[in-house]
Amino acid sequence: MSVLSVEGLCVRYAGQQNPAVDDLSFSVEAGQTLALVGESGSGKSTTGFAILGLLPAQAQVRARQLAFAGQNLLGLSENALCAVRGGGIGMVFQDALSALNPLMTVGEQIAEAVRLHHPVSRAEARARALALLKRVRIAEAQRRLDEYPHRLSGGMRQRVVIAMALAGEPRMLIADEPTTALDVTIQAQILRLLADLQAEAGLALLLITHDLGVVAEMADRVLVMRHGRCLEQRDVLDLFNAPQHPYTRQLLAACPPVGSPV
Amino acid sequence: MNLPWRSIPLWLGALCLLAIGVAALAAPVLVGSDPLAMVARPYLWPGQNAAHWLGTDMLGRDLWSGLVYGARVSLRIGLEAGVCTALLGLAIGCLAGYFGGWVDNLLMRVTELFQIMPSLIFTLVLVIILGPRVDTLVLGIAATAWPNVARLARGEAQRLAGMEFVQAARVIGMSEARILWVHILPNALMPVLAMLAMLVGHAILTEAALAFLGLSDPNVVSWGSMIGAGRDVLRTAWYMTALPGLAIFFTVAALGLLGGALNDWLNPRRGGLQ
Ligand SMILES: Nc1ncnc2c1ncn2[C@@H]1O[C@H](COP(=O)(O)OP(=O)(O)OP(=O)(O)O)[C@@H](O)[C@H]1O
Ligand SMILES: [Mg+2]
Repeated sequence: MSVLSVEGLCVRYAGQQNPAVDDLSFSVEAGQTLALVGESGSGKSTTGFAILGLLPAQAQVRARQLAFAGQNLLGLSENALCAVRGGGIGMVFQDALSALNPLMTVGEQIAEAVRLHHPVSRAEARARALALLKRVRIAEAQRRLDEYPHRLSGGMRQRVVIAMALAGEPRMLIADEPTTALDVTIQAQILRLLADLQAEAGLALLLITHDLGVVAEMADRVLVMRHGRCLEQRDVLDLFNAPQHPYTRQLLAACPPVGSPV
Repeated sequence: MNLPWRSIPLWLGALCLLAIGVAALAAPVLVGSDPLAMVARPYLWPGQNAAHWLGTDMLGRDLWSGLVYGARVSLRIGLEAGVCTALLGLAIGCLAGYFGGWVDNLLMRVTELFQIMPSLIFTLVLVIILGPRVDTLVLGIAATAWPNVARLARGEAQRLAGMEFVQAARVIGMSEARILWVHILPNALMPVLAMLAMLVGHAILTEAALAFLGLSDPNVVSWGSMIGAGRDVLRTAWYMTALPGLAIFFTVAALGLLGGALNDWLNPRRGGLQ
């Protein structure tokens, strides 16, 4: 059974003519990475937030099916959704610089995330925060625990954000352009970390990106989106070797040549 | 985020307030007489009698004793009213700014309603209805001073609500109430704290204004009540009004200096705090 299964997802923002997401269907298996690619405004982030039920009130969401681990997410109560967010599906976004509260230490923020999903003592939450920091391979984890976010580099902050996303031991991770704000060497490190974490825990990964180089490196399957619609959805090798849709060919041509997927 | 240690206004304000605060706390040690007791001949001018170096009022009560014990009441009313104002404004502003929509509309209409009423008169009416006591004075002052704080906190909460760490908190499954408590309130508190000194000063002045109009707690001496009592003999014995007046002036000026310095430090808009 798929970890996440989406069928006929439609999202329309109030006051807009065209739907932001139009009849989108896909599924993600445990241990698998599905890449969602497309130009800016094609509805990638909207799809990610729709899955977690986090779109603003003016967005109207419909779907034939939106199921996580066999549980229908549409029509869940706010409390039940809170349990799924972080506890079932973790999410990491683009801008790690502002994804942390400037007034709380790194350890406090991760411990807070732990305690949202596990009824443990403060000391235990702190111990788990430390373990999480080690899991995301932050240098000098013990010392970082008591540091404030502004003392950390962008890459470290993104690691902290990933640690927070993992605090609830989710089975799936949605990563919305997790490396766009970082410089190139750090990007590669964070992507490797995501891949390793995925392999360790058998996470299902929904990777949102417009970087085909990242897709080639990370993804098993690719879904190409434009104007909220799915143009094609295929295994990554097939897509790179024989793109079917003209738009995909255009995308591939616009991207510096990538060799065969690593 | 280092305190501006070299700032002269900060030191001047802090030292001045410290001196007044210590005097207020040490009142029983500093003065021998009850400020409400008639201890000497009335109308003694300052310097006339070594035992009562600041003189006595028209009932023969020691003015030095009044100033020192009055500091207790005036500072207490100022602090309590300042803190109440800040908390009330913070709560209302954060709710309105964070939730937006109809909550914001409703709370902001109420805020405007309070803002268009002349605040001194509104406080006056409240205190007349409830009777002049220390706690009703605090209530009356806080009830009219909060709208400015609420507007500030609302703007701050609106800004914070759009920040990624709030969205990140939702994504890890934090409830709205918890986000408000953990992320919004502490961050919105900073600029409100920077306002606190000003709020305390405002409360002390308002208390004095009410006392001048005869509305003060009859059971305790405050600087305001001393001014109120001295009002009738202002032309012949002006020192009875001038002494507590100076005490208020120095306290509020010190609060102003301290508040300005803290504001520069705490207010994130000026880039002081990372
Ligand atoms: N809150 C909103 N209100 C109204 N329209 C919105 C809102 N958020 C997004 N949209 C619209 O929905 C469409 C899809 O936006 P979305 O953010 O999902 O795109 P994206 O693929 O993530 O783009 P990017 O690569 O720039 O992040 C866009 O046309 C955008 O203008
Ligand atoms: Mg996006």
